[in-house]
Amino acid sequence: MSEPKGPAERGKIVTEPEPISYNFAYLDEETKRMIRRALLKALAIPGYQVPFASREMPMPYGWGTGGVQVTAACLVPEDVLKVIDQGADDTTNAVSIRAFFARTAGVRTTTRTAEATIIQTRHRVPETPLREGQILVFQVPIPEPLRFLEPRETETRRMHALQDYGLMHVKLYEDIARHGEIATSYAYPVKVEGRYVMDPSPIPKFDNPKLSMCPAIQLFGAGREARIYALPPWTRVESLDFEDHPFTPSKADQACALCGAADSYLDEVITDDAGGRMFVCSDTDHCAGRRGEAS
Amino acid sequence: MSGAADPAAESAVLTGGFAEAGVGAARAFRVLLEAMARPGTIRRLAGAAPPAPLSPAAGAVLLTLADAATPVFLAGAHDTPAVRRWIGFHCGATMPCDPAAAAFALGTWEALLPLDRFARGTPEYPDRSATLIVELPRLLAAGARLAGPGIRREARLNLPDPAALATNAAAFPLGLDFLFCAGDAVAALPRSTRVEAA
Repeated sequence: MSEPKGPAERGKIVTEPEPISYNFAYLDEETKRMIRRALLKALAIPGYQVPFASREMPMPYGWGTGGVQVTAACLVPEDVLKVIDQGADDTTNAVSIRAFFARTAGVRTTTRTAEATIIQTRHRVPETPLREGQILVFQVPIPEPLRFLEPRETETRRMHALQDYGLMHVKLYEDIARHGEIATSYAYPVKVEGRYVMDPSPIPKFDNPKLSMCPAIQLFGAGREARIYALPPWTRVESLDFEDHPFTPSKADQACALCGAADSYLDEVITDDAGGRMFVCSDTDHCAGRRGEAS
Repeated sequence: MSGAADPAAESAVLTGGFAEAGVGAARAFRVLLEAMARPGTIRRLAGAAPPAPLSPAAGAVLLTLADAATPVFLAGAHDTPAVRRWIGFHCGATMPCDPAAAAFALGTWEALLPLDRFARGTPEYPDRSATLIVELPRLLAAGARLAGPGIRREARLNLPDPAALATNAAAFPLGLDFLFCAGDAVAALPRSTRVEAA
């Protein structure tokens, strides 16, 4: 914001933009304290959604305002930040958020999973196994796993309080009755340490097993819905299922057309208007790393 | 709150905060985040120089987390004019406060008892619970056995009263969360950690 100019300066052509300086990691200190308190309570009650006073961010809801606020509250100057959008480092959303923190926090950024200390992600867990000392920050659109079954917040809160998750099992059962299998393929509900049912954010169910007993800290931020929740490391996370219909993480039954990986999650890419298509790794860093090693 | 404090005490109130508020708080929080995520691990939390009997670690916890939105309860020997004025200046926290309304309570283990006077949350909002900052003479990775989220196999910590902390854990998801401080060392014990006396 430039100040109103005096008469002498009025009409002068400004050749250089005035330098703008931000507080470290953009948010003011009071906001960061509020988010930090919520994060500690979230870690103390794994899987429980802690309400927080979500702020407006300089990007639209749906672009990761919750994740950005959590990342801002966690960043230290020594961090190396990676941001992925559906596994890719080079999409608009990921590039913008990396640039945002490079500018407002002065942190180093990377596309390599192994080098990063904080990874903000939209809807994927990296293929490279995470390690201690890393933090995975998920962007969450709808944090309440019961929301589409029960629209009232007062009711879903009571259901969590009473561990009344029958409705969720009925939903999964109806999937089986109608489709012969549980048709939910992303945002597949999980139970944390046998207590809270949690939305893992819209990651493909292929990624669900990676949440359990992960050495890294996993934090979830929902900006529009104003909720933060967390999974400490080494926390038991089970995907809901039935004895006779056990949970199966699934992916396209193909190998990556670029790197040949048969065990990574694949995106289907349409290549022409004549039905041409290819399957490629959704995790661009994983794919590039494999191709680098192969050559 | 005496009106006629001597100049040395007056200026001591103004010192002892983080050298660089934003970055200092960020680094301290990261230590607390890792501590809360990995219960029982002992970490170094430096950067604050609060008045005695506050430990540097406890001072850093308050600088990082306490402000006008969080009433702080000072128990026993920690409730001194110097401590109140330091927290008041650096954090702006509400003091004194009713223990039931405290977001943070600070003191030795004995001074903080009984624990049931602090908020442990409600079934709908278990996060509306107090965090106790407990000053201990020292922190050692020995004594009570800890297990639960954040602990790969087993952790040990010299807890002041394992039986009382096991009772706290039994009320999960309700309960108090603890930050144990000794000098510039800190260790956390969230309510999710199961405690067993050694």
